[in-house]
Amino acid sequence: MIALLMRDLTLAVRAGGGFGLAVAFFLIVTSLVAFGVGPRLDLLARIAGGVLLVGALLATLLSLDRIFATDREDGSLDLLATSPIPLEAVVLAKAGAHWLTTGLPLTLAAPAFGILLNLPPAGYFWVSLALLVGTPALSLIGAFGAALTVGLRRGGLLLSLLVLPLYVPTLLFAAEVVRRGIEQQPTAVPLLLLAGITTGALALLPFAASAALRVNLR
Amino acid sequence: MSFWEFANPRKFMAWTAPVLPWVSALAALALSVGLVWGFFFTPNDFRQGATVKIIYLHVPAAMMAINAWVMMLVASLIWLVRRHHVSALAARAAAPVGLVFTAMALLTGAIWGQPTWGTWWVWDPRLTSFFILFLFYLGYVALWQAIEDPDTAADLTSVLCLVGSVFAVLSRYAALFWNQGLHQGASLSLDKEENVADVFYIPLLFAIAGFVLVFVALVLVRTRTEIRARRLHALAMRERMANA
Repeated sequence: MIALLMRDLTLAVRAGGGFGLAVAFFLIVTSLVAFGVGPRLDLLARIAGGVLLVGALLATLLSLDRIFATDREDGSLDLLATSPIPLEAVVLAKAGAHWLTTGLPLTLAAPAFGILLNLPPAGYFWVSLALLVGTPALSLIGAFGAALTVGLRRGGLLLSLLVLPLYVPTLLFAAEVVRRGIEQQPTAVPLLLLAGITTGALALLPFAASAALRVNLR
Repeated sequence: MSFWEFANPRKFMAWTAPVLPWVSALAALALSVGLVWGFFFTPNDFRQGATVKIIYLHVPAAMMAINAWVMMLVASLIWLVRRHHVSALAARAAAPVGLVFTAMALLTGAIWGQPTWGTWWVWDPRLTSFFILFLFYLGYVALWQAIEDPDTAADLTSVLCLVGSVFAVLSRYAALFWNQGLHQGASLSLDKEENVADVFYIPLLFAIAGFVLVFVALVLVRTRTEIRARRLHALAMRERMANA
């Protein structure tokens, strides 16, 4: 399982753009919002937290279809399915690799991009924390969506249609953490609920994703 | 006679053929009684005026939007556990109907909200969760249409339905958490003294019964169509095999 994780990480780094692409997309989305709503700093400060979360969510979406699609094309997914490690563990390793190559860099980049949007000083810590807790759930849900659409030729658009509604609770709780954090209110409840979604997704979604993969490999 | 006998497509077809006209007729009857009574023979509300009458479309549509999803969930579970094709086809048949009910609930709500709340749309928890339900229906229908092999499609949409149900419930409570509500409480609940006033209540029950029957009739028609389409496909395949 660790070998698989390392393999996916190496592939992501050597294939080019594994780390960079999502972060660059994130940067472009945040700056586009600034262009779109205008350069008024007071307005940007109010929406900065939400924009960072939505931008990170969209950047996660960008690389989802590659989780299983490339492995299916060259046949390594069939090998993985017949290998001694259970398919659930394969899903978990692949979602983990996806998180390490998109979720984690996005979390690290978010505070830097917060400067562009005039994020209030109290917000930096909470945006990073909400992303750190929330992005694993995004990768896991995304792996499930990718497993559903792996058999389709043009699954990319359908994948976003399927996955985005599933992202809603994660986004709502993360946004609530950031909002309360900036307004100096207690953040424990939404933060715990966000962590609950992540751990619940970690526990259950590998089973759903591998069920979908088995159907697609039939 | 067990419920599972309907898993046999032949028995399903034989049993639903005589039932369908009755269900359709009853649906038409209940709907026209409920709507005509509701629209023309109930008094206007003393604050909301005539706009209150949209309740006869809005409440049943909203109820059936959720019930249709629950029915799809049960049918998906039956398909995953017992592999009855009729069940998967019924889930497939119900999805567009549920989608339309959800759209109806959203639209009638917006039309009512404009004069009453002064806005077409607010990000109230109920409205938000219904909007998310609408997106879930869209994704479910799109997945059915995207996959060619019917059994693969049935399997994948069933898994999506299960996961989607969990996330739909999560979204409902997340939305409650996220924003304060403007929407009034439930119009009909069994545990409350005060519901809708009696004058409005009885035609509303007729309208709800009408919507339930319309849903049943539409699902039956669509399931029967799906079964016939499958048979036709099988016949065409056999023909081609024989000629080859």
